[in-house]
Amino acid sequence: MSWILPPSASTFASDIDFLYYVILWITGIAFVIVEVGLVVFIVKYRARPGRKAEYIQGSTKAEVIWTAIPAVTVVVIGLMSGGVWNDVKGRNSVPAGAIPYGVHAQQFEWQISYRGPDGQLGTGDDFTVRNQLHIPVNQPVVMRLTAEDVIHSLFIPAFRVKQDAMPGMTINVWFEATRVGEFEIACAELCGIGHTTMGATVTVHTADDYQRWLADRAAAADR
Amino acid sequence: MATTALPLEKTTHATHEMSFVRKYIFSTDHKIIGIQFLLMSFVFLLFGGLMAMMMRWQLGFPDQPLPAGQLLPETMAPGGFLLPEFYNSLVTMHGTIMVFFAIMPLLVGVFGNFLIPLKIGAPDMAFPRLNMASFWIALTAGILIMAGFFVEGGAAGAGWTSYAPLSASPEWTGVVGGQQLWLVSLAVVGLASILGATNYITTVVNMRAPGMTWFRLPLSIWALFVTAILVLLAIPILSGAAIMLFFDQTIGTHFFDPTDGGQPLMWQHLFWYFGHPEVYILILPAMGFVSDIIANASRKPVFGYHSMVYALISIAFLGWIVWGHHMFMSGMNPTLGMAFMMSTMIIAVPSAIKVFNWMGTMWRGNIMFHVPMLHSVAFVSMFVIGGLSGVFMASPPVDIYFHDTYFIVAHLHYVLFGGSLFAIFGAVTFWYPKMFGKLMNPLLGKIHFWLTFVFYNLTFFPMHNLGVGGHMRRIYDPSQYEFLQPLAPLNTFITVSALLLFAAQIPFAVNFIMSWFNGEEAGENPWNDNGLEWIVPSPAPHGNFAELPIVYRGPYEFSSPLVEEDFLPQTRKLDSDTEPAAASAAE
Amino acid sequence: MADPAMMRPPARREIGADVYNEKLGIWIFLGSEVMFFTALIGAYIIVRFGSPEFWALPNQILNVPVTAINTFLLICSSVTMVKAFASIQDGDQKKLQLYMVATVIIGAAFVGVQAYEYTTLVHEGFLPSGYAAGSHLAELAARGELPASVSVYGSSFYTMTGFHGFHVSMGVVCMVFVTWKAFKGKYTKEDHRGVEVIGLYWHFVDLVWIILFTIVYLV
Repeated sequence: MSWILPPSASTFASDIDFLYYVILWITGIAFVIVEVGLVVFIVKYRARPGRKAEYIQGSTKAEVIWTAIPAVTVVVIGLMSGGVWNDVKGRNSVPAGAIPYGVHAQQFEWQISYRGPDGQLGTGDDFTVRNQLHIPVNQPVVMRLTAEDVIHSLFIPAFRVKQDAMPGMTINVWFEATRVGEFEIACAELCGIGHTTMGATVTVHTADDYQRWLADRAAAADR
Repeated sequence: MATTALPLEKTTHATHEMSFVRKYIFSTDHKIIGIQFLLMSFVFLLFGGLMAMMMRWQLGFPDQPLPAGQLLPETMAPGGFLLPEFYNSLVTMHGTIMVFFAIMPLLVGVFGNFLIPLKIGAPDMAFPRLNMASFWIALTAGILIMAGFFVEGGAAGAGWTSYAPLSASPEWTGVVGGQQLWLVSLAVVGLASILGATNYITTVVNMRAPGMTWFRLPLSIWALFVTAILVLLAIPILSGAAIMLFFDQTIGTHFFDPTDGGQPLMWQHLFWYFGHPEVYILILPAMGFVSDIIANASRKPVFGYHSMVYALISIAFLGWIVWGHHMFMSGMNPTLGMAFMMSTMIIAVPSAIKVFNWMGTMWRGNIMFHVPMLHSVAFVSMFVIGGLSGVFMASPPVDIYFHDTYFIVAHLHYVLFGGSLFAIFGAVTFWYPKMFGKLMNPLLGKIHFWLTFVFYNLTFFPMHNLGVGGHMRRIYDPSQYEFLQPLAPLNTFITVSALLLFAAQIPFAVNFIMSWFNGEEAGENPWNDNGLEWIVPSPAPHGNFAELPIVYRGPYEFSSPLVEEDFLPQTRKLDSDTEPAAASAAE
Repeated sequence: MADPAMMRPPARREIGADVYNEKLGIWIFLGSEVMFFTALIGAYIIVRFGSPEFWALPNQILNVPVTAINTFLLICSSVTMVKAFASIQDGDQKKLQLYMVATVIIGAAFVGVQAYEYTTLVHEGFLPSGYAAGSHLAELAARGELPASVSVYGSSFYTMTGFHGFHVSMGVVCMVFVTWKAFKGKYTKEDHRGVEVIGLYWHFVDLVWIILFTIVYLV
């Protein structure tokens, strides 16, 4: 029953997680104030013989205070969020030199395309692998996300990545993995009967292992 | 039932005796229509709840066949094991039925109808026959949508949000007739809602009794009035969108099909442009009822009545400019995301104001914890949770993680069930005597409340944690994912709690039915409340008021220094009161 | 007996909209109709400016002159409707009946002309789903004289004009009912609410058409 986010493995994950914890603390404090306040009022102001309620219509001062404090709080959260949003999803957020991959979502699998030896995605020497994304660690990568049929959503929980795949659009999704290992990909938008089976894996390699994998796979992959 | 009173103005049904059918089946009396909506909605609440139980069984006990599951056909659950396509239909229909055929009619169709004329001092709605039509059209829509389960391909299965292209073609869902019936049903119930809204707005504007000025209206009526305006303006957007999707499905149009120029994203914009005002339609009336009930129970005026009205109005206005927060991950321009984030953050403020004002109403009160008050306090405590969880999703970067997870499911159920449904239970209990002339049994009421409150929180609070763990929504089989496997015990716990929550509604059903026949007779004003409905007999008679009511003050004059009693009805004339001008206006 | 109070706001009530209930009600209902057409027109704007390459100019497929005449007819029917209302305000039953019949006939004619237009378009090969395979228009498109596809254009055209036509048809039906009541002498100088209410609806439908005609046939 944890409120702690699972371990992360990407560069911007820490920014997102930080925002989450800030909001968790703020909403947690508000939660305690209101719920404890309600309990106190329930006990303190319950009807007892001989008591009368106080005929109070309101208080302008109170209204100003409890309008201003929430307003300032949410604006601050908004401003903090704006910076992170721009870094992750902004128009110019994809770092220069990010390695491109094609991610084509369809019912019910992910077709991942890798650029071939010519270093260009979208040329004849590209190769495609089903449901397996292999990337190097500590290197920005960008998925050119497309969809074949209906809306899907690329969700990589450990990287704090999520982006809907929209038929008719190509959407850039960038991230940079910080740890070697295997992480899961899920589809996060209802896409039909097989929505639950659209799991895939992202394997993060060291730079050398990645080159080795590329070489092996380029030779033996489905074209 | 009580005697028929003489109506004030010319209505189509004066003092003649009517047949049973004209009086109770094809009735134009707003109170009977309200009760018809009540019975219809409870049936759909039951259907929606059963669907949720089936979904929870799949998530909690995927290896066990559904109890009595063998009764379901092979196309849904062979051997009692749900098929993925049937699970998707359940997800879709649970949401659709709860929103359009349970909560909306309960809040607006029941209480809009029952309360508005009574609480403003009118003999009936402005258009009684149109009102009757609204009910029968809504019921027809309900039958149409359930018919989806009985056609080939099953019921709609693209989610209650019906995103295109998934929903636009049977090629993607396997569902044919079911998806079309879904759209037709929504267009039909939409018409019923629009006609109802027209009626409510006209009635509140034009038929208030003398002295019932705008700022003497109870907050329940303010909320219903503002909600009716939202219904009037938002539902037609859904109707338009539904028609376009229906044409995509049937006559080959391409509104949402990306080949040759259609735009799937346009469905989302249209749907949520309706959808966000819709969620305020689903909460504002509940807020209104809770305000009335908390003031009554606390024996104190509502704290900050004017602020409460302005908060209602600003929520309604702001509700039109936040729709994109449902679409942060959709691929729309990220700059739009920033704009919607700011408007969404701001809309949290009027809701916060209301929470503090409810607490202010209880502060220094002399609180009676009758059953409606229990539900109302629970409303405040759980609406707060729902509202606070919304702040996470309002931040687009944090929404990256939480979008389409159980964190959202927790949020929406805290506002819709923890909020609206608890308010509905409170409101039904509070106004039951005026509807049926009997009081609901308080002991059964308390048992129902506590069981529901406990099991409700045990069911839905852990869903926040599922979301924190990354658990996606609308997932038939989470065990496919290694990262979700550790959450399986939590899913089972939630399922058990949900089953107990469902069972906990039995005392309410028993109470509702039994009290109708054997309940304690209610007097005119069992809650010592100030509203106009409490000056007429219980149950309220046809035509409502024997004489034109004259209003001298606002609805929340509890513990007033002017009188000995701790309540002062709106229509009670004190020596210091003057007649309102409208009372003696020329014909 | 007609009640002189029926065309005034309800008696002995707080002042609300200062008009009788039915008039307030129809104005409110028209608010919902505005939103309905906003959804359809909004979608049109989105798909037209999203895919200008899949749009034809009005003259290329549609019959602008005939529709212009049809627009004029609809405006005439609004004039006859105004005259009908003015007649009963003066208590002139005969003129009310005359102008109501005129409005019904012209309104029905509008629907008829639109139905004719639809049949012609379908015959040429312009469907809600785009070009009909093997049709005259499809050939023109194959030759490059028309856009390669008009499926969103067709979708948008038929949905907007079709639902407007549906609203006109419903209006005509209601007007037949009002006309019948007029011939029975049910409206008087003191109480002619039904005439005013259907008149308001009719003017709204006319206004929507002027907007649609402009954006579909002229732009």
